[in-house]
Amino acid sequence: MTAVPLGEPRRLVSLTIDGQEVTAPEGSTVLDACRRQDIDVPTLCYLENLTPVNTCRVCMVEVEGSRTLVPSCSREITEGLEVRTDSERVATSRKLVFELLVSSIDMSLVDAPTLGWMNHYEVDAERFGSAAKTVDQEVKIQDDLYVRDYGKCMLCYKCVEACGEDAQNTFAIAVAGRGFDSGISTEFDTPLPESACVYCGNCVAVCPTGALMFKTEYDMRAEGSWDESAQSVTTTICPYCGVGCNLELHVQDNEIVKVTSPIDHDVTSGHLCIKGRFGYEHVQNR
Amino acid sequence: MPQAANPAERAAIDALLGPPASGWDGGTRTDLDGHVAFGGLHGAAADRHLLLPALWEIQDQIGHISKGAMNYICERLSVPPADAYGVASFYSLLATSDRSSRIAHVCDDIACRNAGATEILEELSDRADVHTGPCLGQCERAPAAFFQLAGQRDRVVAPATTSAIQDVLDLNRVAEPTPVAESTPQLRNGAQDLSVMARVGRVDPLSLDSYLAHGGYIALRRALTMGPQAVVTEVKESKLRGRGGAAFPMGIKWEAVAAEPAADKYVVCNADESEPGTFKDRVLIEGDPFAIVEAMTIAGYAVGAGTGYFYIRGEYPDAQSSFEEAVQSARRAGLLGADIEGSGFGFDIEVRRGAGAYICGEETALFNSIEGFRGEPRQKPPFPTQAGLFGKPTVINNVETLINVLAIVTAGGDTFAGTGSAESTGTKVFCLSGHVHRPGVYEVEFGASLGELLAMAGGVVGDFKAALVGGAAGSFLMGDRLDLPLTFEATRNAGASLGSGVIMAFNSDTDFVDLVLRIGAFFRDESCGQCVPCRVGTMRQEESLLRLAAGSGDEGSLLADVAQVMSDSSICGFGHAASWAVQSALRSGLIGGSS
Repeated sequence: MTAVPLGEPRRLVSLTIDGQEVTAPEGSTVLDACRRQDIDVPTLCYLENLTPVNTCRVCMVEVEGSRTLVPSCSREITEGLEVRTDSERVATSRKLVFELLVSSIDMSLVDAPTLGWMNHYEVDAERFGSAAKTVDQEVKIQDDLYVRDYGKCMLCYKCVEACGEDAQNTFAIAVAGRGFDSGISTEFDTPLPESACVYCGNCVAVCPTGALMFKTEYDMRAEGSWDESAQSVTTTICPYCGVGCNLELHVQDNEIVKVTSPIDHDVTSGHLCIKGRFGYEHVQNR
Repeated sequence: MPQAANPAERAAIDALLGPPASGWDGGTRTDLDGHVAFGGLHGAAADRHLLLPALWEIQDQIGHISKGAMNYICERLSVPPADAYGVASFYSLLATSDRSSRIAHVCDDIACRNAGATEILEELSDRADVHTGPCLGQCERAPAAFFQLAGQRDRVVAPATTSAIQDVLDLNRVAEPTPVAESTPQLRNGAQDLSVMARVGRVDPLSLDSYLAHGGYIALRRALTMGPQAVVTEVKESKLRGRGGAAFPMGIKWEAVAAEPAADKYVVCNADESEPGTFKDRVLIEGDPFAIVEAMTIAGYAVGAGTGYFYIRGEYPDAQSSFEEAVQSARRAGLLGADIEGSGFGFDIEVRRGAGAYICGEETALFNSIEGFRGEPRQKPPFPTQAGLFGKPTVINNVETLINVLAIVTAGGDTFAGTGSAESTGTKVFCLSGHVHRPGVYEVEFGASLGELLAMAGGVVGDFKAALVGGAAGSFLMGDRLDLPLTFEATRNAGASLGSGVIMAFNSDTDFVDLVLRIGAFFRDESCGQCVPCRVGTMRQEESLLRLAAGSGDEGSLLADVAQVMSDSSICGFGHAASWAVQSALRSGLIGGSS
């Protein structure tokens, strides 16, 4: 049995979402309040275990009295707030943001919910023409643990946050450059093995577009053998030290192909170190 | 082994930061280092705001920022190298790869390209040390060039010619800067009417005595006898609105910050004037720097802030040194520092130099820039009055806005509110450039029409076709709008915006497609890249304009869609406004086939 910490009691705030009176605990965001009501709001740069950076702008909602749309992931609710998630204006904006993204990066590996949203908003990036500039570039393969395919990078800042203050406090990567040319980089684009990177892989775990990927997955995808339907996920505890991190071992054909940790696990919050994340070779050293 | 800084790089940094205290922050390691604590990460991280000045120091002395120099800066300031690289690579005036130590940035923005910049750039196209760049804020003497000269003071040459640029780069032949009073024609019709510009051209900008002789520091002395609350009340009653572009009522900002209980508060003067076509703040800083020092001091007194930051764009070396000298003179005279004029109130000013990023004129991006982070705007709320610079309540005002405080405190808010129009009180300094006979800054009481201002600038060269009002983030006004009074309310009702006071006139010979393309390129270049609508939207907008220029007929709906998502969903005002000029050019038929 897991003990569930209840925390401080919080006052309930009432607000209106899509014409419906609802309540949510004080300090919640509009996104929290929507999800309490099972209102589907798309998100890409948002993750429960990271500080919201509101850069992707797909979670935009209309808030009465606000000139522009508002990112629901970072707007705290206030008494009497009037929110619309279902207006024409919101739908148009979300559709266009997805279209701008699809037109500039390779989104072929996004997860099922994201694909669902893209279908829902009938995303059509063709309209920007075949000459539309993309961030397509060579894949960076600099070690045996993970690869960086920045042609798939939507600049959600999640990896930077996971590498920095939100999890690892290593600060090996940051956003460099400016505008359309900005990208995730080590200092002077130094190769990863020579950088401050400690290979915890927490950046890989939070990446929403498959720009960061286990080398095993990358190689298997390249040879066409990657098959998620043939994978089992086994939860276990990391054998290396006494912290007690939960591991999810993704296994295909009796080989560990990827390691994750549950985001709601109160020891890891989804984050691991190099040993838990990549130190599984001995298991299959037969 | 990380690369080490060479002796010259170390010396430059040590000159700025002082010698390292121990092996922990870049000094020689001794046995003692293992036994001493130096305040931990918290103490060290407190120096992060020195990152941009340190990067500038290396850029200025050496000409580019090497890996070794960056490592040494990072050791000294406890900043992760990846982070510091992210910051350095954000700014266009900082070079993170080896390049010539003498660089010319030739402005090819709207005003300069109409004044021969394109030809100059063509003639110098084979030179790697000649770069093109956005508006340098010298539009009244276009075309302009800005020089980064390692080991020397950076310089501006305007008007620039091909041979003048070659002379600076190859022969180090630079003329002394022209005093602003001579370089910038202003119409003094009834000199006593001028308020903000009253002293420009008359006062010696480098002399405190001269400033005092021209009525300087009367306002501060009066403020000190009135008390902070009364100063805020006067400013509120004046109905003064911000002159930087957003036109926000200044009194509301001041009142909010004054009411905050925080112990640390800040006053920031936004002198990052980068809106294409804007140069009024440069003229004010170069011509009357003490007025800004005095106004910032009054602001600090009114809201209870002890420190002011003056953030000036990197392309204004002459204005910066004139302001820095004024700060030093004021300090020597006890008009800055502890216990000003025996009042018990202490205030001082730090100067920060931007490094080539239009976005840093956005208030929250400016805070991030001062704090040593990338100049990326923050999502609001919280607003600066609650959590601004270093997370503290902050008053941030534009140069021209602040100078108005002197008149408000001296004459009273009521009197000030009696001038101008109902919603636009006081005077406005307009920047006239483009196809007018006498480009320059012109101060008028609010209410003057577009046509009147064009006439003041000597009228239009050729047949008037359109005026870009408000800058790249503004809109085009056509001949039927010459009677429009240029007040905040009248321009808003006309679907336009005063912005920072830019009026760029264009005659019928203008290639508007080329001009709007330059605006599109400007926004693509200057987008910080943080949010998707603006980062990708400005790129798609420019691509669409390029197709339009090549004769594609149907770009209207795509441009409208991109405009809508940028203005609805971008993080900051940059994205919100990135399509305004383009959309207004389409609406007016200046581009899009029907002209």
